[in-house]
Amino acid sequence: MIRFENVGLRYGPGSEVLRDLNFAIDGHSFQFLTGPSGAGKTSLLRLMLLSLRPTRGLINMFDQDTARLSKDDRANLRRRIGIVFQDFRLLDHMTTYENVALPLRVLGKGESEYRAEVVELLQWVGLGERMEALPAILSGGEKQRAAIARAVIARPQLLLADEPTGNVDPNLGQRLLRLFIELNKSGTAVVIATHDIALMDEYDARRLVLHEGRLHVYD
Amino acid sequence: MSMIEPVETMAEPWDDLAASPAVVGSVPTAAPIVPKNSIAGRSLTAVVAIMTFLAALTTGAAMVVLNAASDWQSEVGREVTIQVRPTPGRDIELDLRKAADLARAAVGTADVRIYSRNESARLVEPWLGSGLALEDLPIPRLIVIKLAAGARPDFTALRQALAAQVATASLDDHRRWIDRMRTMAGTAVGGGIAILALVLAATVLSVTFATRGTMAANRPIIEVLHYVGATDAFIADQFQRHFLALGFKGGAIGGGAAILLFAVVEAANSWLAGTAGGDEIAALFGNLTIGVSGYMAILLQVVFMALVTAFASRQTVNRTLKAID
Repeated sequence: MIRFENVGLRYGPGSEVLRDLNFAIDGHSFQFLTGPSGAGKTSLLRLMLLSLRPTRGLINMFDQDTARLSKDDRANLRRRIGIVFQDFRLLDHMTTYENVALPLRVLGKGESEYRAEVVELLQWVGLGERMEALPAILSGGEKQRAAIARAVIARPQLLLADEPTGNVDPNLGQRLLRLFIELNKSGTAVVIATHDIALMDEYDARRLVLHEGRLHVYD
Repeated sequence: MSMIEPVETMAEPWDDLAASPAVVGSVPTAAPIVPKNSIAGRSLTAVVAIMTFLAALTTGAAMVVLNAASDWQSEVGREVTIQVRPTPGRDIELDLRKAADLARAAVGTADVRIYSRNESARLVEPWLGSGLALEDLPIPRLIVIKLAAGARPDFTALRQALAAQVATASLDDHRRWIDRMRTMAGTAVGGGIAILALVLAATVLSVTFATRGTMAANRPIIEVLHYVGATDAFIADQFQRHFLALGFKGGAIGGGAAILLFAVVEAANSWLAGTAGGDEIAALFGNLTIGVSGYMAILLQVVFMALVTAFASRQTVNRTLKAID
């Protein structure tokens, strides 16, 4: 699904923050991406989300060389990826329902087409009674679940999550992990960036460890 | 590594969570992607309205000056005079009649009128005062010739005919006065256009920067749309449409207020017509109307402001996307 070959990334004229990355993410797989703060986890996720371009190397996604893609092609490829941000990034003027439906609207679907689907997913993540609530009145856990629902509503083949349990208590973190595992079981490849060792110990999965700009893979 | 409980045992991942209180029972409908009523949006509408109003006022003022200058020139240009000097041994009344006949015979004259002795005396009254025995003074007499609309009489031929038949008569076609008037009017119009250009430039700049400021508040929306797979064109279209409507609303408020103001001034001008004050104003500024072309120019400015706002928003979206990618 994703293959990195000798990928390097630097911001401006400084030294590389990521170097010689060689790894692959297979379909239906589950992995944690970990490393100390500032190791480049978010940068690596952004490379996988096609919102950053590598300084060197080859990134092949869904059998396409990303360096050769036009802007529109990159946007179309991004639709096959779901992203969950640590800070949720829910749009404040939209209700939970509208936030979750956003990727489907971007795909050009009408409300009559996606309404039932969105309601079902919101009920599945336990937000059935909070559909018309604005983000400002949601709790941290509810916001995170809404962000996850938005990331998976368009049935992405790959789900990227950046510190999804960083703002929630351990109990809720465990529940969120179960949600990711459930999504993985339904066929979505999952990459969770976290530095929460306790969370990773909850589930036996592949680990991608970033250290001093290099990636070490523990299958 | 320890394992958590098998996921297969979970009926629903959140079935044991304490249910949050329902906010509203029904499923809502989709809101616009770009928020319609934001404080920044209202501020931008106000900026566009104020700047459009000022630009429209400047346009109207320039149109009034342009119309007035044109009126002055055409008023003066539609009239020429023949001056007949009193000369000892000549019958000035006979000379006046001869000169008037020559003028009437010329092509393009609509009306020829000999100013009476009293009328001529009144013309010099401001300088000589009243109560003088003007008959004793060698005051020239005037023949005022109104030209037909659009006519271009042959003044050279008329001048030659006067020189041949009435030696004491001279034709004044007000050329020097018209030239000076034209220069003055040109300066006034040029000044008006320069001020209008400056106001329009200031308007475009302030609307552009106000739009960029408003767009800064929308950066999170651009980012989220980008991350969920929206194309650049889709994102730019959403904002362009929203800001076009915002700019049009502001422009319509400002332009509408200016149009209303000019309409009131025009109405007041026609009510005052015939009064002393009204005549003074009419003498200075013509009929104080900006005409259909003036109103059209203001409407064009409204559309222009909406387009500037939409264009600035699209540019900002593209710049933001470039920074993200």
